[in-house]
Amino acid sequence: MKIPLIRYFVAAALFVPLAAFGQKNSCLDCHARLEDELKAPAAAFPGDIHAQYGLGCEDCHGGDPSQDDVDRAKDKSFKGSPKRAQVPQFCGGCHADASAMRAYNPALRTDQLNQYWTSRHGQLLKTGDTKAAVCTDCHGVHGIQSAKYPKSQTFPWNIPQTCGRCHADKDLMAGYKVPTDQLEDYRESVHARALFEKKDLSAPVCNDCHGNHGAFPPSVTSVASVCRQCHPSTGELFTKSPHKKAFDDLGAGECEACHGNHKILAPSTAMIGTDDRAVCTQCHDKGSRGFEKAAEFRRQLDGFETGFRAAEDLLVEAKKKGVEVSDAEYRLGDVSTLLVSAKNLTHGLDEAEIAKAVNDGEQSLAAVKAAAVKALDEARFRRRGLAVVTAILALFGLALALKVRAMARARRGEGSPGSPGPEPS
Amino acid sequence: MAKSIGPNIWKFLDERFMLSDLVAFGKKKTVPEHRRSFWYFFGGICLFLTGIQVATGVLLLLYYTPSVDAAHESVQFIMSEVKFGWLIRSVHSWTANLLIGLLFVHMFSTFFLKAYRKPRELTWITGFILLVLFMAFGFSGYLLPWNELSYFATRVGTDIAGSLPLIGPWLKSVILGGPEVSQATLSRFFWFHVALLPLAALILIGLHVLLVQTLGMSKPIGEKGKKEIPFFPDFLYKDALGWTVILVLIGVLCVFMPWEIGTKADPLAPTPLGIKPEWYFTFMFSTLKLVPAHILSLEGEKLAILAFMAGGLLWLLVPFLDRRAGREERSPLFTWIGAALAAYIVTMTVLTYTLPKL
Repeated sequence: MKIPLIRYFVAAALFVPLAAFGQKNSCLDCHARLEDELKAPAAAFPGDIHAQYGLGCEDCHGGDPSQDDVDRAKDKSFKGSPKRAQVPQFCGGCHADASAMRAYNPALRTDQLNQYWTSRHGQLLKTGDTKAAVCTDCHGVHGIQSAKYPKSQTFPWNIPQTCGRCHADKDLMAGYKVPTDQLEDYRESVHARALFEKKDLSAPVCNDCHGNHGAFPPSVTSVASVCRQCHPSTGELFTKSPHKKAFDDLGAGECEACHGNHKILAPSTAMIGTDDRAVCTQCHDKGSRGFEKAAEFRRQLDGFETGFRAAEDLLVEAKKKGVEVSDAEYRLGDVSTLLVSAKNLTHGLDEAEIAKAVNDGEQSLAAVKAAAVKALDEARFRRRGLAVVTAILALFGLALALKVRAMARARRGEGSPGSPGPEPS
Repeated sequence: MAKSIGPNIWKFLDERFMLSDLVAFGKKKTVPEHRRSFWYFFGGICLFLTGIQVATGVLLLLYYTPSVDAAHESVQFIMSEVKFGWLIRSVHSWTANLLIGLLFVHMFSTFFLKAYRKPRELTWITGFILLVLFMAFGFSGYLLPWNELSYFATRVGTDIAGSLPLIGPWLKSVILGGPEVSQATLSRFFWFHVALLPLAALILIGLHVLLVQTLGMSKPIGEKGKKEIPFFPDFLYKDALGWTVILVLIGVLCVFMPWEIGTKADPLAPTPLGIKPEWYFTFMFSTLKLVPAHILSLEGEKLAILAFMAGGLLWLLVPFLDRRAGREERSPLFTWIGAALAAYIVTMTVLTYTLPKL
């Protein structure tokens, strides 16, 4: 059925003034004229994700923003600003209500409030400690952004700083007997390098190990499970290894015992073995079977790694000399994966498996090394060839130059009687 | 020399190709010799380098595959697996760049010597069109390895063509074979590079060389000396000396700096920072970046492109504009214009590479 066009115009004429009326927001109008902290909400709110979803001041604070008069605007429904201890419940009013959230963002979880009360922050708040972190400490107040927005406080590469604002504050943390070097340690870790240098957003930040709304320090028994979220094969190898029972008996945290927690450095072969930098000697004394095995694993891995670095250097040299080696570089990438895999196998302590991995890797490496040597031979051949050709061309050029000079002399009548010099006819 | 092949063979060929006439012409032909005759050699060197380009280009065709899925891989294969493939491709790429540089030198040297004056107007015109053709060779050849730099430089270059008033969108679509740099673009750039441009270049080089041979070399205005040297063998030997030097230079460049392959083009990747076209386009490219967005309510970029086109047209018509040179009188105004243009081209090109933010 066709609707006459005139009806659209009538509808538009009626709704335009209504829409304009609906957009009035006396809260923002007044607060924009105030100063400092009273002005801040009006300045920040237009960029807030709630404003983007069409929510207004009254949806959180109550009141009637359509009124110009302050008393009328702050009517019976006006709730004002919540006290710090009330903030979780205040935000949870919507965020813990699945039916309310469905209208705006059905994909967003609604268990944050429940999780919060299980967190260390929530537990402290329950005891009346209002210094404990609440929603606004991590997400901001007005001007809250989606965690997907790179400038948001909860975007991965901002999270360490967000958590560190409190956890690196010695004065604030003094009362809780919590160390304050986590942020500094994390910044030196391999995870931070992946996040900040490679811009790898999947690299773990504070909340990936500690949880976000249910944030809690993982206990000795749960640290390994936290690491296994991203390193499952390593975890599986460890579980099958004799170390598992030994660590459990000692009550030692699995991964953390060797790799540390916040300052997890890039693992290297140097961690295995019997020298000062090796972690094996923390438990295995000289002369013990574990000590001998650690030395043997180190010897095997060192051999593989040294060969790998040598092949890598040869390829770099060949490339510098202008030989195309991208195929060999690609194969070296595969060998690098085999090297990482061999190192990873040390978590399982299976001698045969480690020896096989090292052997397979070294075989692949031999082919890459041969390609690199061939490329360097090619570079030498090119340089020698150039020298020979240049020498021939130089002789040819010299002969030409002498001939040209002789002809010029002949034209000037200075040359020997026999020297050539055709005259133009 | 030719007669030593055997009198009968010589007679057979002479009767059919009138070789005796050519030999007589060669013996009679002379070249003026004076203090500026050094600049005559650049024409011969350019011709020699063109020969190298044809020879190496034909060899590259044996292995090059003009397909977006295989172009980059085929160049990689040429550089790593084909016997002397690295040399052929590096010679082709280095020579292309040297050739365009030397064509500029040749053009400016003939300009400053006013060699374009009557009766050599057509030699100048064919020469200038040849320079444009060789720049088109460079532009089309740059894309063929299908690497990241060439892909995005082509995108930027064709965007500039697309911003031309009236014909821009049509021209861009014709060059690209569609709205984007794609397989259609690679196919037509390949066709331009190995079919259309060589054919056009062959005709124009033939015409240019024919004009040079029939009209002879121009002497600078005011050159009183009447000294001449035979073209064969005296001038040719000197030419060959220049070719030998340039050959050694190409060899050194190819061995110590083989032409890179680059990363394979990824049309979905963001445009890398600081993308720029081949060096011989950078003076125009940087000018377009420097012009204000609007000049007298007109779009600055479009105005600059039109200015370049008008400038090119005036440059082409210089033999007819420089009346004084036509009367064998010195024309300092044109010398200054040429010097200013050469200084502008050199300065803008150097600035493009020395000022990263330009």
